[in-house]
Amino acid sequence: MSGLVKSILSFTLIIFLANTTTASDRKFNLGQIATKEEVTGWDIDVRPDGLGAPIGSGTAFSGEEIYAEVCAVCHGDFGEGADRWPPLVGGEGSLASHDPEKTATSYWPFASTIFDYIYRAMPYGEAQSLSYDETYEIVAYLLYMGDIIEEDFVLSDKNIGEIKMPNKDGFLLPDPRPDIMNTHGNPCMTNCQVSTNIIGKARDIDVTPEDE
Amino acid sequence: MKKNKKNEVANFKKLNRRDLIIGASSVGAFSLAPKNLLSEEANPENLPPNLPEWTQYLGDGVDVNPYGMPSEFEGHVIRRNVEWLTASAESSVNFTPLQDLEGIVTPNGLCFERHHGGVSVINPQDFRLMINGLVDREMIFTLDDLKRFPQTNKFYFLECAANGGMEWRGSQLNGCQYTFGMVHNVQYTGVKLSDLLLETGLKEKAKWVLAEGSDSSGMTRSIPIEKILDDCIIAWAMNGEALRPEQGYPARLVVPGWEGNMWVKWIRRLEFGDKPYMTREETSKYTDLLTSGKARMFTWVMDAKSVITSPSPEKPILAKGLHQLRGLAWSGRGKIKRVDVSIDGGKNWKIAQLHSPVLSKSLTRFTLPFEWNGEELLLQSRAIDETNYVQPTIDELQKIRGVNSIYHNNSIATWLVSKNGKVDNVRLG
Repeated sequence: MSGLVKSILSFTLIIFLANTTTASDRKFNLGQIATKEEVTGWDIDVRPDGLGAPIGSGTAFSGEEIYAEVCAVCHGDFGEGADRWPPLVGGEGSLASHDPEKTATSYWPFASTIFDYIYRAMPYGEAQSLSYDETYEIVAYLLYMGDIIEEDFVLSDKNIGEIKMPNKDGFLLPDPRPDIMNTHGNPCMTNCQVSTNIIGKARDIDVTPEDE
Repeated sequence: MKKNKKNEVANFKKLNRRDLIIGASSVGAFSLAPKNLLSEEANPENLPPNLPEWTQYLGDGVDVNPYGMPSEFEGHVIRRNVEWLTASAESSVNFTPLQDLEGIVTPNGLCFERHHGGVSVINPQDFRLMINGLVDREMIFTLDDLKRFPQTNKFYFLECAANGGMEWRGSQLNGCQYTFGMVHNVQYTGVKLSDLLLETGLKEKAKWVLAEGSDSSGMTRSIPIEKILDDCIIAWAMNGEALRPEQGYPARLVVPGWEGNMWVKWIRRLEFGDKPYMTREETSKYTDLLTSGKARMFTWVMDAKSVITSPSPEKPILAKGLHQLRGLAWSGRGKIKRVDVSIDGGKNWKIAQLHSPVLSKSLTRFTLPFEWNGEELLLQSRAIDETNYVQPTIDELQKIRGVNSIYHNNSIATWLVSKNGKVDNVRLG
């Protein structure tokens, strides 16, 4: 064995030992250490505080064109929706009504979520095909249509965590369930006082699919 | 030569038989309206004292179906969807035919589907699970790596939080399948995340996990670290075989007792962080809007629920006399303790028989024998779990949550049995 091969082998051994003794010990020695490049390629999520927002920027002014090109076919020229594809804006003040409209600008609590979702999943069927700048432009255009920012506001990785969405405080935590514990395991078993009038039949609504 | 001739005869007979079946089914297609089932009659030539045709000739040999399929007579036992619910089949849902199933195991091909960007096709050689963020070591695992970890095998139900969502304002869909079928129950094989994390190590500040799918929707949900360490699994098998493509092949996340949306399929990444990620699915969807206009968030647990699978709108009563009422109950908080059944719309209740195994966070089978003499019935079932939670009525739910919350409708359903044996989904009030 040449001296060179020997020193490469011992160097490899040192690397191996170093990897197995950082912080906590590995228990099973299965799997590979991920490289920074590998993690960066897949780590696309953006958090409400802006953590993870990729470097880039865009305005509503510049976003109108790209929106019309890739979004409007399903979501309408003004985010009003088309056929069964959902509206993206509108519905302000409707959340407590009988027919709430839960749009990105009336309901979604964080601008980061709009960026994260558009970048990872839109346009529908062409996921992750938009550039970061294009995504900022489209988000800015939606926020502009929802009267949340001005047309010339430059939305970017620096400020997406600071956008105040109208329904930011519209969510309740923590989950209060179980919210019905009237009988604690001992419900009425005989002669219970309940109404047994039939007030609705699915058959009459007539929207149940039938087999061909 | 004689043998060959006999085979020819057998094939001829078989063809004839199949022709008859196809002919019959094209005339009387299966419908939720049970009239066709009622009119299906036996062929007297196959009944005693006659010798049935299948007794006289050889049937198919081995390997005619290398992967066996259900009998051709069970063609009606399929997943079904409601087309008007969604804009596209790639981001849609279908329903498990609970009314046709027995026991607690859902056959793999009948587990309901919910996709947000269609079914991904992944060569298992190309599968990688990345774990990054607040861990000691950011790591990547192959499927073979995952299979070398200590293994767990557990039955769990998976229920979509929107199961029964169309019924909040009244009885809308006339079927057990369409009103309760966004649930299935299989045995998962996989690695516990608590074991997997022994390999990556976990930083003290790690409180939340972002689970991310590799499908074209890049499905993401935030899950608290306590749940991840408690009982979550990365599963690669269901009911003894590899995951079906539509259930996340080659690997998915299993989040026992919690809403199905969190069970990320085609899983590719787990990121550990100190705060929730507030993804689209846990903000704009899967939040429960109340009458105040405020919405509950992070409503993860599936509360106790039950359904009578037979009789049901798809399973009318065909004859007077003895019948076995059948149903399923489940709870995301543990085991089912008891199921009560009423035949008079909730005035009087009887305790149903639970069938073993009764497992935590798993479907549980119940039955109750009853005599039917042609009278009208209002059938209801009511589950009680080991926390003493009692399945509520829709009135109790509406009083607290209104009618706009879409998700987490675990109320008692009512099946009206009419004098002709037909069964309807009805609302009482």
